[in-house]
Formats: sequence, C-alpha cells, structure tokens
Amino acid sequence: MTQKLSAVPLWQDRRFRGAIFNFFIYAILIAVGAIILLPLSWMLTAALRGEGETVFTVPTSWFPTESFHFENFARILTYESYPLWRPTLNTLFLVTLNVIGTVLSNSLIAFAFARLRFPGRDLLFRIIVFTMLLPGAALLIPSFLLFNQLGWYGTYYPLWVPAFFGNAWSIFITRQYMRSFPRDLDDAARIDGCGYFGIYRHIILPMSKPVLTVLAVFTIVGVWNDFTGPLIYLSNSDQFTLAIALDYFRRSAFSTMSVNTTNLVMAASLLSVLPILILYFFLQEYLIGGIASVGLKG
Amino acid sequence: MADIQQLSVRATTIEKEPKKMHLARREAIAAYLFISPWIVGFVLFLLAPVAISLYASFTRWTLIGPPPRWVGFENFEQIFTRDRYFWSSIRITLEFILLTLPPGLILGLSLALLLNQKVRGIRLFRTIFYIPAVVSGVAVSILWLNLLNSEVGAVNQILRSLGVVDPPNWLNSTQWVRPAVAIMSLWGVGGTAVIYLAGLQNIPIHLYEAAEIDGASSWQAFWKITLPLISPTLFFMLITGLIASFQVFTPALILGTGTGGFFSPSPELRFYLVHLYTVAFREGKLGTASALAWIFIILSGIVTLGVYYISEKWVYYEESGVNNDTKT
Repeated sequence: MTQKLSAVPLWQDRRFRGAIFNFFIYAILIAVGAIILLPLSWMLTAALRGEGETVFTVPTSWFPTESFHFENFARILTYESYPLWRPTLNTLFLVTLNVIGTVLSNSLIAFAFARLRFPGRDLLFRIIVFTMLLPGAALLIPSFLLFNQLGWYGTYYPLWVPAFFGNAWSIFITRQYMRSFPRDLDDAARIDGCGYFGIYRHIILPMSKPVLTVLAVFTIVGVWNDFTGPLIYLSNSDQFTLAIALDYFRRSAFSTMSVNTTNLVMAASLLSVLPILILYFFLQEYLIGGIASVGLKG
Repeated sequence: MADIQQLSVRATTIEKEPKKMHLARREAIAAYLFISPWIVGFVLFLLAPVAISLYASFTRWTLIGPPPRWVGFENFEQIFTRDRYFWSSIRITLEFILLTLPPGLILGLSLALLLNQKVRGIRLFRTIFYIPAVVSGVAVSILWLNLLNSEVGAVNQILRSLGVVDPPNWLNSTQWVRPAVAIMSLWGVGGTAVIYLAGLQNIPIHLYEAAEIDGASSWQAFWKITLPLISPTLFFMLITGLIASFQVFTPALILGTGTGGFFSPSPELRFYLVHLYTVAFREGKLGTASALAWIFIILSGIVTLGVYYISEKWVYYEESGVNNDTKT
C-alpha cells in the first residue's frame, strides 16, 4: 500500500482520477437534472395549494411539503364556468382515432413499399422522402383553405381524417423496419396459400409490433399536445381539446375567477402533462428509440 | 405422337408465360391497393392544398366575405413593401435563431457527451433529460409564464439571491421577452441530446482504442474522432433547428399574449409563423397569408439547400450512404 503510494502520486493514480472524473460527471448530471425537474416540481407544489394560499412564496417552495389539496384536480374537472372533463374526453377521442388511422394506414402502405414489387415503386418512395422535407407549418394555411372549402371548419374531421391516409415520416420508418425481415417468410407463406393481404396480416404485421408501437406512442404524444390544429379548426368551446382548453381556462381564470387561481391553473397544466409523463415512463424506449432513428437517417 | 408431344410442350410454354406475367401484375395491383391511401392522401391533403394556396396567394381571399378575386402579385408586393410586420418578423425570427440555435447545438451535444459516459444510473438521467420533449407546449408555456413573473417568479428570486439587484422584467420588457422565450426553449434542449447520443453510440469504439494506443488525449480524440463522425448528426440538427425556429408558435402565442386579448400576440413576439397566423385568422386575409406560406416554403427550401451545399465541405460521411440506410 505504502509502496504503491510512493510509486504513484495520488493525483496520478488512475483510480483516483477516475473517481474525480465520475464526481464531476455526477455533479453536472444532477445539476442539469435539477434544472429540468424543479420547474415541474414547482408546478405540482403550486397545483396542490389550497384556496387563498399564496402560490408565489418567498423564497420559492420547490417541493410540496405543507399543502396537499388533491381536490383541486376534481375541482378543475368539474369547474362550473368551464369544466375540463369535456376537453379531456375530446382529446382522448381524437387520440384514439389518430392512433387507429396512423397504425392502419402506414402499416399497409409501408408493407407494399417494403415487401412488394411494382412499377414506379422507387419513384413514389422518393416522392415520400421528398415530402418529409416539407415543414409542417408550411401547410398550415394551404390545408386550412382546403378544409374550409370542404366545409370542415368547426368540425373534428381535419384533426383525424388525414391520419388515415399515411404520413411520410411514418411510412419511412415503418418501411425501413419491415424491409429487415428475410424474404423467405413471404415465399413460405405464399406456398402455404397466403395471399398478399394474408402475408401482411399474419406475417409482417405481427412482426412489426415494435415499430408500430413507436408510431402509436408518437401519435398519442403529438395529438395530445397539439395546439395549432385545434386552435385553427375548432370554433366551439365544447369541442376544445385539452391543449387549447388549458389556455382558455387560464385566460378565463384570470378574468372571471377569484383573485388568485394560479393553483387551479397549475392543476390544469398538470392534468395535461401527467398522462403523457406516465406513458413516457412506461414506453420511453419506443419514444427515444424512434427519435434516435430519425436523427440517424440524416 | 411427336405432334402431340410438341403440342403439349407448346401448351405448357404458352401457359407458363402468361401465368408469370399474371403474377407480377397481380402483385402490382395488390401493391397499388396497399398504397392507395397514401396516393389519395398525397393528392387530396398535399397537392390540392398546395395548389389551392398557390392560387390563393394571387387573389384577395378573405375568411368571411366576397369570393376570391385575382389580384396578381399584389399580395407579394404588399408583403415586401407595405407590411410593417413582415420584415420585423423575419428579423425577430433570425435574432431568435442566433439566440437559441448555437447554444442549443452546443448544449445538446454536451449533454449527449455527458449521457454517453459509462456511469451507473445514466439511464435515469437520460429519462429525465428527455422529459421536456414530451410534455405539452401549452402547459410548459403557462408554467414558465409563472416562473418568469418579474416580481414573485422563481427565476428572479434566484437571481436576487445571487445578488442581482435589478433582475430583468422578462415578459413585460420589450428587451427581455425574446431571451425569456429562448430560455424556455433551451430548457427543452435535452430532447435533442438523445439524437446526438444515438450518433455518438454509432461511432465504432475501436477508433478510440486506436487513438489511445497512439497516445492521443481525450481532448484530441474529441476533435479528431467524435466531432467529424458526429458531423452528419450536427448537420441534421442544424437544418431541423433552422426550420423549427421559423415555426416557433405556441410559446410566442401564449407568452406573448400574456393576459391581454385572446390570441393577439405582442409585436415583440411576432415571429414569422405568428405573423402568418395573425394575418390569416385575426385579420382574415387568407390570400396574403397564402403568399406568406409560399415565401416560407421557398425560404425553407433555400435554407435546406444552402446549408446542404455548405455542409459538403465540412460534414464527414463515412462511405457515402452509410447513414441513409440505418436500420431502426
């Protein structure tokens, strides 16, 4: 021991330097983690404040330690002037339709591009890749003009019908995944008397569950959080989704409710954040894996 | 006998040929049935809107009122010469890009390098860093609206305790409102770290091992190995970041309106898309808005091509095409 110490000074010892290095890594990781988590923790603290209690304490209370008014969540769901249970159900309705549409349409389309031969396939696929470059916001007004002409303004149609017609990015990642299965599978199924739809339904679809889960999770998160679409197409506050209802609630809370309703507004914000967070914790591999694959395609 | 044999041979060849063709044709027909939703959607929800809006950009087309009327280049002329918000929205957007994109790229890559360390519990941190990317933009904006409250908000309380006597007025200050939105958007930078992380984990370890044998420091390894090999991802993030900055909308609409009128943004936060939205839905000028949409489409095309052209010089692609076909 002493021999070793005399041979190598402490600051040159590999293990010692490793420990110092790890200490700094953890210090930064924890600092960044705190910057991300503390605002959310403050949201919870504020959401659990009782009526008349101040939300903005000096110094800031980051953690819920004294007030635990869980009834706030029930209150916002059934609030007299603007109950949030309805927007919550509306959002769930849209999420469900979008998930069904996305999984169904993109798996069918991607199956053909991945497993079948047909004239024009490569050209059509190149068009799909090209449309991936088009930024979503560029289509905001163009789509509005079309849906308005169709008389779909003030209805849910613009917010779910397009999901049933495929989406470039989803087709792309699903096709990449479906291409990775061996060709023999299709041939074996065909010998067993499977038609093309049978191959899709019984062979490829079950094997594509991971990538379809990625699509589903992204759709859930995207539709649940979507602000622009509902903002543009919905006119009646009975139709509002949670994202716009939340802002609507905040504004009306400020103008009509009692002086300090920040606790209720924070409870409402938490209502819109919490289900997605729970989903994220259970399915994070799919979400992060999906995001990573987008980046890698370059 | 020979005749019959010949005949049967001919019969089989005749039968075989059409059957083969038939099979290929059946496969093609099936394939087109499978992709028919996309074809319909492409025509109906992409080509049609784009064509309508191109036409609309040359008309006076109002939300409510008389049918569209052809006005030629009037909308574009009006935007470039008389629209006082158009140039300011471009300036505001470019300024915001300068404010968020370089720090975003550097922070995103730094966090990814951090997450790439082989220390215990690193997956937990990855989970935490990615949280801002999945939570609702509206809820996050409302949250920061409170955190950035100039008198009682948490941010200024921290600044005061650090000795800043006169912390910024953030959302109520014309000077600080955009940095406030920038801070909010940088809070979500962990979402991009995950993409860099995937790029980092794609770098073959043997390169680092070779560098270590050659006596390279980890600093040298970063500049000579990590950075060149991560450059395609950096490039991808640069383009998506540029285009995303032109689409800043939700935070601007929520923070910018504050407690004022319903969805009427303050001029300081009139980013490009916010301007487009205001022209279309607050002022009801769909023709002008279509022209703005087309300017945006052309602009993002130029940006993408331009950055692509520049990047040829410094983005390193290990055997071209290796990044095009990465399996999910």
